[in-house]
Amino acid sequence: MAVAALEQEILILRKRRQLYSLIGLLLVVAVLVSGFSKSNEMNSGGFLQGLSKFFDYPGEIVAEAWQAGPAFFGLILTFLPAMLETLNIAAVATLLGGAMAVVLAMASTRNVDSWGPLIPVVRRIMDITRAFPELIIALFLIFVLGSSPVPAMIAVAVHTAGALGKLFSEVNENIDRKPIEGLSACGASWLQRIRYAVMPQVAPNYLSYFLLRLEINVRASAILGFVGAGGIGQELRRTIGWGQGAGDETAAIFVLLFCTIMMIDQVSSYLRGKLVGSGRAH
Amino acid sequence: MAVDTLNEPVFDRGTVFRNVRRRAWLTIGAPLAIVLYLTYTWFAFGVPELLAKAQPERAVILATDSVAYKVHVTKLLRRDIMEVAIEGERRATYAQEDLPGWVEVDGTNAIVDLGDGYEVTITGKVMEFTVPDYGTIKVTATNSGVTTELPPGPVPEWLKDDPRKFDARPTLDRRVQVTKTKIEVHNYFGGWENFWFSFQSELHGMPFSQLWAIALSNERIDPAQSNMSLIMHDFLGNPDWQHGEVFTALFETIMMAVLGTLIAAFVGLPLAFLAARNFTPSLLLRFGTRRLFDFLRGIDMLIWSLIFIRAFGLGPLTGALAIAFTDTGTLGKLFSEALENIDNKQVEGVRATGASQTQRYRFGVIPQILPVFVSQVLYYLESNTRSATVIGALGAGGIGLMLVETMKTSRDWENTSYIIILTILVVIMMDQASGWLRRKLIEGK
Repeated sequence: MAVAALEQEILILRKRRQLYSLIGLLLVVAVLVSGFSKSNEMNSGGFLQGLSKFFDYPGEIVAEAWQAGPAFFGLILTFLPAMLETLNIAAVATLLGGAMAVVLAMASTRNVDSWGPLIPVVRRIMDITRAFPELIIALFLIFVLGSSPVPAMIAVAVHTAGALGKLFSEVNENIDRKPIEGLSACGASWLQRIRYAVMPQVAPNYLSYFLLRLEINVRASAILGFVGAGGIGQELRRTIGWGQGAGDETAAIFVLLFCTIMMIDQVSSYLRGKLVGSGRAH
Repeated sequence: MAVDTLNEPVFDRGTVFRNVRRRAWLTIGAPLAIVLYLTYTWFAFGVPELLAKAQPERAVILATDSVAYKVHVTKLLRRDIMEVAIEGERRATYAQEDLPGWVEVDGTNAIVDLGDGYEVTITGKVMEFTVPDYGTIKVTATNSGVTTELPPGPVPEWLKDDPRKFDARPTLDRRVQVTKTKIEVHNYFGGWENFWFSFQSELHGMPFSQLWAIALSNERIDPAQSNMSLIMHDFLGNPDWQHGEVFTALFETIMMAVLGTLIAAFVGLPLAFLAARNFTPSLLLRFGTRRLFDFLRGIDMLIWSLIFIRAFGLGPLTGALAIAFTDTGTLGKLFSEALENIDNKQVEGVRATGASQTQRYRFGVIPQILPVFVSQVLYYLESNTRSATVIGALGAGGIGLMLVETMKTSRDWENTSYIIILTILVVIMMDQASGWLRRKLIEGK
């Protein structure tokens, strides 16, 4: 009797579960289909119409690059300084943002004896800096400071501080507290405890996240260049703005950007693999 | 024996010293290298020149203008007419019989009371500006420019007396300008003007309680539509704030993020099976799929969006496809790593019951990668909402493009701050929603 009732209940539960899954799946499909048709409607060119033109532009610039012949490689070299500027923006932003993130993380984790009342405040600060789209800060600073790499750098750094701060504080939460207790037994100050008990434990993970962020920031600063923050993005906007005739230069920038991003990806994933040992980094 | 151990060094002194020295170098060298690099970039970015030509007053303008608006009292000397308008805009002009209390217009002359004893009198082509603690400034517009008569004493800093243009701004919220063609008085007020309804709307300036009553009443203001739809129509169609367009743009941006992430997830998942070692024995196929992922990721969202903007024009579809292409690579790579790390015992167990290939995947594999799948998709959804604003600014449309355009025209900063506030709200909302869903779906219902 009891078994039959239980069976009945399990059956009902399973039915309900299946119903929920079905509803969830239908919801996702509905969003996809309606979203697609709605976007297609709102777009100035339709999907099918665009599909036929999809290869036109890449074809055009490849053809122009082909015509340029061996001079194309020289063209790539001429854009190296701009690429370097973008890399500099990303590197400085990651360094400054990362330094800020370390401070924020140390001030917002109970596990490393941060000052209690400060923890929720710092957490909210990190949430806010993370939520701010880089574009908004960059545009505002470009308006005040003029077109230059610095606005992009600051915008990326602010976002980095929030994003890395959150990841760092998660790392802090998982460390072993014994070294901290040992040091405080010897009368070490808070800074000494952070330096000699926390840092050695978290450094590899911090560095690994830092490299991952550097990778993301290179992409972000290339994009911000397009709205006026200098670097390779700005060059790209110039050549694209010219329309016909500058296809070879556009292609050169595309190739340079692609190669740089791939290279940084590979180097950073190799280094991350070494830092956190055999376990996969992210 | 005893002699042996005595001579045997307990530690290799050389190695220890080398290690200590290397660490010492690293401790000094790494910060030094970073400082050197930062100094190099300080000059490479041209920070000194930047600081020299920065315009902090622009930030002040932006800050004050985004929380205040000004009413222009303008006398056009050529046509000899007087106009009172918010921000000097034609469509926000006050009717002659309905002027604000601080302006008295008498034909083409006027007395403007700017409060605290500041007063402007406009008579013909002569403007007299009374400033407390200073005196009365008399400015006459002539055919070639302006002539100014100042009270005796040193010329204050807030006054720019040029033969072609007179400009005085004794306080942040009062300003007078005279050129040979017009006399213009700006009076600043706090708040966002006409935020709900424009001047043209019959609902302009109504308190909320009255609006509520109108919305519920049966007597139609406009016989063609119900009061409720009239209120919505007038609010969304407000020409100064363009609520309708702003909401559409926000919707487009969210659409880009959601559609792009979902497409990427559902294309990336099957491809991930092809890239996972334990599901695809064919080395060639695996290698090909992995390089495809690298290619999609490496091209980067910037280039994808530029290509798609060329092909598909302006709109959410363009942004969605750019996001979908990049993230198919990223998510595909993440999923394939998750697939390689699954526990094979569960699959074996399902196989032992005589399950078919599809059933093995459905009950042996999918449940194991579902948490990774859901949490990564939600993470990317959240970060793509931010990316979608940037892609929009590149030219794909949505709120990003709108923001860039209102900033470029730099006419009404309150519009810009309105858009910024809404964008941040949407990003935070998506952040919260995805966090909530993640907790709900993964960490227990």
